[in-house]
Amino acid sequence: MTLPEPNALIDSLAAQLAPVMKTDCALIGIHTGGVWLRDEIIQRLGGDHLLGELDVSFYRDDFAQSGLHAEVKPSRIPFDIEGRTVILFDDVLYTGRTVRAAINLLFDYGRPASIRLVVLIDRGGRELPVCADYTGLRLDLPTNEHIDLLRSEAGALSLVRGPW
Amino acid sequence: MTPKMTPNLQLTPDGRLRHLLTLDGLPKRILTEILDTAQSFVSVGERDVKKVPLLRGKAVFNVFFENSTRTRTTFEIAAKRLSADVVNLNVSASSQSKGETLLDTVSNLSAMLADMFVVRHSAAGAAHLIARHVAPHIHVINAGDGRSAHPTQGLLDMFTIRHYKGDFHNLRVAIVGDILHSRVARSQIHALTTLGCPEVRVIAPRTLLPRDVSGMGVHVFHRLEEGLKDVDVVMMLRLQNERMQGARLPSAGEYYKHWGLTPASLKHARPDAIVMHPGPMNRGVEIDSAVADGGQSVILPQVTYGIAVRMAVMSLVAGANS
Repeated sequence: MTLPEPNALIDSLAAQLAPVMKTDCALIGIHTGGVWLRDEIIQRLGGDHLLGELDVSFYRDDFAQSGLHAEVKPSRIPFDIEGRTVILFDDVLYTGRTVRAAINLLFDYGRPASIRLVVLIDRGGRELPVCADYTGLRLDLPTNEHIDLLRSEAGALSLVRGPW
Repeated sequence: MTPKMTPNLQLTPDGRLRHLLTLDGLPKRILTEILDTAQSFVSVGERDVKKVPLLRGKAVFNVFFENSTRTRTTFEIAAKRLSADVVNLNVSASSQSKGETLLDTVSNLSAMLADMFVVRHSAAGAAHLIARHVAPHIHVINAGDGRSAHPTQGLLDMFTIRHYKGDFHNLRVAIVGDILHSRVARSQIHALTTLGCPEVRVIAPRTLLPRDVSGMGVHVFHRLEEGLKDVDVVMMLRLQNERMQGARLPSAGEYYKHWGLTPASLKHARPDAIVMHPGPMNRGVEIDSAVADGGQSVILPQVTYGIAVRMAVMSLVAGANS
């Protein structure tokens, strides 16, 4: 199976998001792929939004097994999240555990009015009752394979897939 | 003076930090990982809800065989912000005075299902001894042992320097005061050297310098003004009152005259130099109030960063279960 070009998927996501991405929405990316995706969407749609970034390492449920993940990045939400509509971006939706962690993290900043989830790839394999509101591409990947969004030094995005 | 230790006692077989006992011999990779992780915890401290769930259900025992306010309190806050349950023990006032050995005290606390010990002891090597004897799932953090090491103080000092100065590669750093009796100075010197600081100076009277000081890779100065010339960072040490009785120094007033950091002596450092002190400060002995409270002082930010650095150390060791 050849993987699609991420830019085409982002174009289709941008078209889905255009009617809902109001300026009072907070656009929050999950490090690191989710932040890239959010920035690509902003580039296409423009607008002056509240921006934040999350690293979910401190909220992961596999800490007891695998410890702290390398290169934790600071989370940054430089505005009051209380009562706001949050659009949450991630690159790949798989088990749903990252999104669970991100939602817990968001609620430690305040009580948003709503949270919408945007993902570039939904690869199936959910272990928690989580689903995306906006999806670039649905795939049914076997559990022994991973799919990742990469970004080159020059800023070009690409998708890679392979065995874990 | 530094106790002999198994080189790998602090690290798991796959190179992760399991205990934090000393900065001596810890690779740069680990020091940088701690400082970077602490940076992320600083942002947690700026939120309304200052807690994360990493150590939920874990029991952290602060076992202090020696007095401490700042260190014990910031360890307690750090553990609570990681959602751990914290038990504070002031052992000097209890078991040891009844004759219980250090390892018996630790065995009893382990039987109370401790997951982590934060240990301060007047004897060098106490934390190492405990680390050698605890069960594999228990982690030990040295909160100061004798004159040997105070690794989290050294790390929070490095975090503070990095925060204000960016990195270590062009810095001239002076450590001033009682180097001989200072576990803080030892940890600072190891950390600065490992992180690539090109010039570490120690400034002290001859009676307060260890004999092996030349082997520590530092430049030695005996005159304050000379040693402070063009430095970027001034790290003051506390003059312990009990040293005055030991005939190493004539008097507090005499010490202040020659070694006290005053606005006049600070002028020899670079104009943007920062002034640090691990506390508790003796105003009018090693530092003048005008400096301690002045624009170049970062003494209180050091305390705040101490929380994030201790959160980083606790979460990294707690996650290193092989």
